[in-house]
Amino acid sequence: MSDALDVLDQVGKWKSSGKGVAIATVITTWGSSPRPVGSQLGVDDSGAMVGSVSGGCIEGAVVKEALDAIKDGKPRLLDFGVTDEQAWDVGLACGGKVQVFVEKVG
Amino acid sequence: MKTETIAALQQARTKRTAVTLATRLSDATETLVYLDKAEGAMAGDATLVSVARRAMAIGRSETLDLGGEKIFLNVYVPPPRMIIVGAVHIAQTLAPMAAMLDFDVTVVDPRGAWATSARFPGVKVIQDWADEAFQAMGLDVSTAVVTLTHDPKLDDPALEAALKSDVFYIGALGSRKTHAKRKERLAEAGITDEMFARVHGPVGLNIGAKSPAEIAVSILGQIVEVRARRLEILAGPKVVAA
Repeated sequence: MSDALDVLDQVGKWKSSGKGVAIATVITTWGSSPRPVGSQLGVDDSGAMVGSVSGGCIEGAVVKEALDAIKDGKPRLLDFGVTDEQAWDVGLACGGKVQVFVEKVG
Repeated sequence: MKTETIAALQQARTKRTAVTLATRLSDATETLVYLDKAEGAMAGDATLVSVARRAMAIGRSETLDLGGEKIFLNVYVPPPRMIIVGAVHIAQTLAPMAAMLDFDVTVVDPRGAWATSARFPGVKVIQDWADEAFQAMGLDVSTAVVTLTHDPKLDDPALEAALKSDVFYIGALGSRKTHAKRKERLAEAGITDEMFARVHGPVGLNIGAKSPAEIAVSILGQIVEVRARRLEILAGPKVVAA
């Protein structure tokens, strides 16, 4: 849990320095997935990251969506995993699946 | 997530208060659910509030389906605390290892020569008698107490105070013989056999630990186990959403 609050601390700092910020949160996991439900990744408008939502497998795609969310303000629900490999062009090496919620801060 | 929500979550951590952040995934509407209150657009939903509180009790985040709307319940519970009584050699190893396991660690010892920050870099050190320090800190269900001094006049008051609280773990260093004597002394202070059974002593899992680091592993292994079992039991029968 301290991990999650470290992410929020950094996100809060980015926000108060006037940056656009989004938060991605692991909502659901199936099978073996590297980070538990509730894990968070903060992203600022330059693409800087804090925290994690996987072992590094999907962060790239999540950051891209986070940057879009910062621009249009709309929340999004992303599915990653074996079955979505085609759609997202990223899969989880571990064979698990995760659902990630991305939302703008502020 | 709203900026005010981040501030509220940070404040809850500072106050060591558990909170669940409920987020409606369709539009990111937020509600904060505490043990004694709820704030936000969905605060009036009794089902949401009760499921959020249960999630908080077991420390597990989950998604709730509420009339077709998905609500994510993200649980923010304060980190478990470990209070180590006795700023002794083993404590110097146990404290940093417990911190690595995300425990909020405090070392308590009334002896000035022992209870120094130099001996415990990065760890909270309180130079005071355990029972008095406990009173100031407030023992709760997310706290573990471990006594390491071997000295009855330091350990006994700590154990007595811990036994009268609802801390989730109590452990006392010392041999079986020491432990039996301890039981007799505490009986005179009104601690019944049933109450005393909560004390793990000799402390730790029986893994043949010898060095301070091995003893710390055995103590931490036992604490991790006790905590996981407790959460399993709490998570037991799933509450059916009305």
